[in-house]
Amino acid sequence: MNIRKTMTALAVSTLMSLTAAQALAADTIKVGSFLAVTGGASFLGDTELKTLQMYVDEVNAKGGIDGMQVELIHYDTGGDSKKAVNFAKRLIKKDQVDVIVGGSTSGTSMAVIDEVESEGIPFISLAGSVKIVEPVKKWVFKVPHTDRMAAGKIFEDMKKRGISKVALISGDGGFGKSGRGETLALAPEYGIEIVADESYGAKDTDMTAQLTKIRDTDAQAVLNFGFGTGPAIVTKNVRQLGITIPLYQSHGVASKKYIELAGDSAEGVRLPAAALLVADKLADADPQKPVLVAYQTKYEAAHGAVSTFGGHAFDGLYIALEAIDRANSTDKAKVRDEIEKTTNFIGTGGIFNMSATDHLGLGLDAFKMLEIKNGDWTLVE
Amino acid sequence: MRRLAGFYILAAGVALLPVFFPDNYFITVVGVTAGIHVILAVSLNLLMGYAGQISLGHAAFFGIGAYTSAILSARYGWNPWLAMLTGLLLTGVIAYFIARPILRLKGHYLAMATLGFGIIINIVLVQNGQLTGGPDGLGDIPSLTIFGWEVDSDLHWYGVIGVAMLAVIWLSLNIIDSRSGRALRALHGSEVAAEMMGINTTTTKTGVFVLAALIASFAGSLFSHQQGFVSPGSFSFFFSIELVTMVVLGGMASTYGAVFGAIVLTFLPELLVVFEDYEVMIFGAILMLTMIFLPQGIFVGLRNLAYKLRKKNATPDSIAGKEQNRGTA
Repeated sequence: MNIRKTMTALAVSTLMSLTAAQALAADTIKVGSFLAVTGGASFLGDTELKTLQMYVDEVNAKGGIDGMQVELIHYDTGGDSKKAVNFAKRLIKKDQVDVIVGGSTSGTSMAVIDEVESEGIPFISLAGSVKIVEPVKKWVFKVPHTDRMAAGKIFEDMKKRGISKVALISGDGGFGKSGRGETLALAPEYGIEIVADESYGAKDTDMTAQLTKIRDTDAQAVLNFGFGTGPAIVTKNVRQLGITIPLYQSHGVASKKYIELAGDSAEGVRLPAAALLVADKLADADPQKPVLVAYQTKYEAAHGAVSTFGGHAFDGLYIALEAIDRANSTDKAKVRDEIEKTTNFIGTGGIFNMSATDHLGLGLDAFKMLEIKNGDWTLVE
Repeated sequence: MRRLAGFYILAAGVALLPVFFPDNYFITVVGVTAGIHVILAVSLNLLMGYAGQISLGHAAFFGIGAYTSAILSARYGWNPWLAMLTGLLLTGVIAYFIARPILRLKGHYLAMATLGFGIIINIVLVQNGQLTGGPDGLGDIPSLTIFGWEVDSDLHWYGVIGVAMLAVIWLSLNIIDSRSGRALRALHGSEVAAEMMGINTTTTKTGVFVLAALIASFAGSLFSHQQGFVSPGSFSFFFSIELVTMVVLGGMASTYGAVFGAIVLTFLPELLVVFEDYEVMIFGAILMLTMIFLPQGIFVGLRNLAYKLRKKNATPDSIAGKEQNRGTA
């Protein structure tokens, strides 16, 4: 019996000491990343990882930054914030990375803020929630547009069309809930009245009940904040119920999948989206056009259709690398200061101008208002 | 002394590791997560392994503890210990009231009911955004303070979780070798026979269910102060399944089996990350092979194998039987 228990303990301690001492290489720039490559949010993490790998290779092929090669160290969180915290610690303590670019979902990004703040390492988040950079945290930055910007862009367009009464319908996932909150908070600023506030579950297959209620209000437009299949079903249901007022979607549906799912019903739907979706339709004078077309061509040659999410990874990576280049060192405090000084960085998400009070650096103009016509995106002028 | 020899060796290992590796990621970071998983697996093993009552909703109790601590200490500025106590109280009450109706069910129906409970709690966490922060989670949770000593580094947390883990293992070992432990195992064998022996099966089952829930809630409170951030994803149905896997992988009805399963399942993904794209595949293959070749679980299976080699005549079954009847030996 003694031996049996001894063996147990031995096995346990051997396993726990299975650790590898990490050798330090001084002449490389280490970029750490934790992404939701698998799991429910894999449509974010997968394309983000491919983008990071693709561009780290490109930078290295061109001789690196200040003669230093870039090394990408990445882990898969599966969208779990618990894993994100551990991997962030692993990146900081074990891999000793110089900067972290990652966090596909708002949950995983929010979860690591404590850790990066106390350890003092620059972190560029790839997630949407405005809460990540508001209030401003010393070491935390983000590159994707926020849901508040989306709501603002939509309201701006509505005002141009003389719409002042809006019916809101939102998904109950993180994205939909956060979008709903921002919409409700922002509406009064634009003089818009929310006359209905409905929600649906992520797996619901029919939203006619909520939309029938909306039909009975005096709304002049329907606004849907959601992700995944929900918005496509809402779009179909709106047409089935014969609702003729304009339908607005959020940037959450900014992928060709949405048009495929909603089919003809998507005609005339308007949504704010990053310029990447309409790269080839932009005016030649648009400063973003060369960047967008280059990213699109490179990504599509290797992996198939682009999405704006991969574009965020591109923006995050280059903002970090350019900051290291300007700082002429990988000193974390200097790199952080340089990231904060990012000005006129032309990325896929827009033109970034960060400051001590703005760790995102995008204006409403970073969003383009799109309308779906003949199964394709068109720019609304 | 002899009965708890394995425990003392384990305790010595837990205490000595940080002395040799005070700043090692695998010890002070993954080790802490492993410790929390061990507490959860050991508590689930009391219910599943010994009493034979399956639960697919154990993560819910973990979540109730974590969120009660998080909400009370972060939003309302309560003392973390008071918040933890409130969490335990709340979990105890909920567990007690659902135990009676739920534990009347058996087999698949019991699994379904606990699964449903787990999902309900998760929906509450997601939907009650005002209170829980919704799907994006809740942050700024203060750390624990023990008699003026703030638990603020990974190494400190290793100490706290290590002590808590050893206490729970010790508790589990002692319960199993006590009268109520024998009652539990009798229950697992045959409920009717147990009743004939004078065991109040309803009370025993409710008791172990509440105890397992309380331990999980305790782990949840520690987890929430250690992480400083909670989100519903950490307490989902999938985590419940992960806990069941830990117990089954290590070997049911063995406290050390649960400890072993929890540690293996926490470290394996961390070690497998070097395989990048094949990580998930290799992980799955390891689980499959284990269940095919060591169906009683790695720990129990290997132990039985070791016995078999020593006593060539004895069959694994009689050894397994011996383990069951270990009692006060």
